[in-house]
Amino acid sequence: MDFLTIIQIGDSTIRLATPLLLACLAGLFSERSGIIDIGLEGKMLISAFFSAAVAALTGSVWLGLLAGVAAAVIFSLIHGLASITFRGDQLISGVALNFLASGMSVLIAQDIFAQGGRTPSLSGDARFASLDLPFAEALSGVPILGPIYSDMLSGHTILVYVALLAVPATWYVLFRTRFGLRLRAVGENPGAVDTAGVSVKRLRYGAVLICGLLSGLGGAYLSTGLAAGFTQEMTAGRGYIALAALIFAKWRPWQALGACLLFGFLQAVSNRFNSIDLILFEIPNAFVLALPYILTVVILAGFVGRAVPPRAGGTPYVKER
Amino acid sequence: MTKMPRWADIALIPLINLALALLVAGIVLLFIGQNPVEALQIMVRGAVGSTYGWGYTLFYATNFIFTGLAVAVAFHAKLFNIGGEGQAQLGSLGVALVCLAVPWPHWLLALPAAIVGGAVFGAAWAFIPAYLQAKRGSHIVITTIMFNFIASSLLVYLLVSTLKAPGMAPESARFPEGAWLPSARELFASIGIEFSRAPLNVSFLVALLACWLVWLLLWRTRLGYEIRALGHSEPAARYAGISPPRIVIIAMLISGALAGLMAVNAVMGEQERLLQDNVLGAGFVGIAVALMGRSHPVGVLLAAILFGALYQGGAELEFETSVPRQMIIVIQALVILFTGALDNMVREPVTGLFLRYGKRKPAPGTPAE
Repeated sequence: MDFLTIIQIGDSTIRLATPLLLACLAGLFSERSGIIDIGLEGKMLISAFFSAAVAALTGSVWLGLLAGVAAAVIFSLIHGLASITFRGDQLISGVALNFLASGMSVLIAQDIFAQGGRTPSLSGDARFASLDLPFAEALSGVPILGPIYSDMLSGHTILVYVALLAVPATWYVLFRTRFGLRLRAVGENPGAVDTAGVSVKRLRYGAVLICGLLSGLGGAYLSTGLAAGFTQEMTAGRGYIALAALIFAKWRPWQALGACLLFGFLQAVSNRFNSIDLILFEIPNAFVLALPYILTVVILAGFVGRAVPPRAGGTPYVKER
Repeated sequence: MTKMPRWADIALIPLINLALALLVAGIVLLFIGQNPVEALQIMVRGAVGSTYGWGYTLFYATNFIFTGLAVAVAFHAKLFNIGGEGQAQLGSLGVALVCLAVPWPHWLLALPAAIVGGAVFGAAWAFIPAYLQAKRGSHIVITTIMFNFIASSLLVYLLVSTLKAPGMAPESARFPEGAWLPSARELFASIGIEFSRAPLNVSFLVALLACWLVWLLLWRTRLGYEIRALGHSEPAARYAGISPPRIVIIAMLISGALAGLMAVNAVMGEQERLLQDNVLGAGFVGIAVALMGRSHPVGVLLAAILFGALYQGGAELEFETSVPRQMIIVIQALVILFTGALDNMVREPVTGLFLRYGKRKPAPGTPAE
């Protein structure tokens, strides 16, 4: 494997890790507040569809982004209504929303565009253009570090950098602000937060809204940044990989970045090679694709560092008993 | 807490939930410029208007009975088995291995062996998440989701390597003729009734038997009592001398075995070979079926037939209008949402109504609460 291949794999690792990272941080906010969200997949999918559809109709990727995020936020609000207001089962609500997204996206796509559940391919202003980081051109001649900077880190769309900046932002909000402290508290012991006179419902709705926003960005990136248009089921399990990354990272932002880069790397490697030849034996591609899930199960099993989720996760809060 | 009458709990509320889901589905249809009443007529006619329609409706229903029972048994132990999809995939592997291993002389011999194969492989796939939940406290929902993906990768791998038949398609060799199950057409023909060519086959009867056995297990055996006790209250179950880890593992093994049995219908009964995606979301439909059927075998049976009709009717709808099949997924999502997640939205007002109007004449012999 030569240096160029490594740079190319690094480049596609960043691309593929971005939707995972946005969805993973989305899940982090929601789960830290005690609302389990297995509907990340659905929120990304519905946002991917609406971004691409509106971008195709208006020719503006920014209006598309807005529509996609709005759709994901609406899905989040339904999840909030079911799990916060009506104290329903959060897992079941997430499952339902995943199906709703998978059905509705194709249904509406077929109704508007009649292209077998896809949107037309996007080009020009209907897609996010790649941004060049400062001095990318000038530094490309520098050995080793030059290509890493100008070919691997530079030249992505703006949402990639938004996702990377969202990591310190999430860390700051969660661990350095009052809102973050309360958010973490409400995921561990909502009763205590309530006793302190802070509204559990409002905090959780806040978390769920941020979750909608971030997963909406992730979905929009899929159809207008990574790909050029929406195709049926284009999230392809990324919402679940993000969930896996969240567990892998033990619900912490910097570790989430690491986990998403790792899982993005696995996808990049399996996209590039049919199978990996080690000297003694050959690793089939299917195994590389399944590796994120296998690693998560191993982590969950607690043999390699135990993952302890927020304590109040999944249980609706009843104010008075 | 006041109780409402049993009939309201098991019939009225699910029906209101279903009506709400269908209402929203109707609005969705209106939005894409389709007449909901007309669409419903097409779907009903397509699903139950002919022996052909019934043949498909009950074929789908057979799949959903197995996956629905799988989710229901786990629900009774308060476990959410979202891994029916993966367990059914492994079940299909088990059924295929059994069918391909021996040149079966007659289906009556092949069927019991395939049932064992599907059940054992499905149960084995449920065992690891169950063990991790019981002994290590790993959340079963997450582990079973991960196992769905791992199962699908495993099948993809096996069908391009070891099990692949000569040819282009990633599928196994066709099963020997002795392992083909008789279809409804052949069964009805033997008693002189004409039935259309449809994939409905003898495994529907196996599904009915499974309903009865699950009922027997849950309400007539000691194990069933222990499963339900654990589902109601873990401390109480523990106090009564029930070992929660043991019951969690057993309940999940039964659940996985039931999901694995789906392959007897889909793989052995219809496809007669192993394909990459042979479950087609039936594992997830099982969640909707178990929720609608209130985790009771009779409810599961009725809900499975309803969803079978929905799948067949949806296919006809796609055929006759421009509405894509995904309409079924939307309806399924709405049913799960309203009967599962938003249940309290209906339950609370209805309980309130019974509280207000039902208190006047308490049933004789019941002490005042």
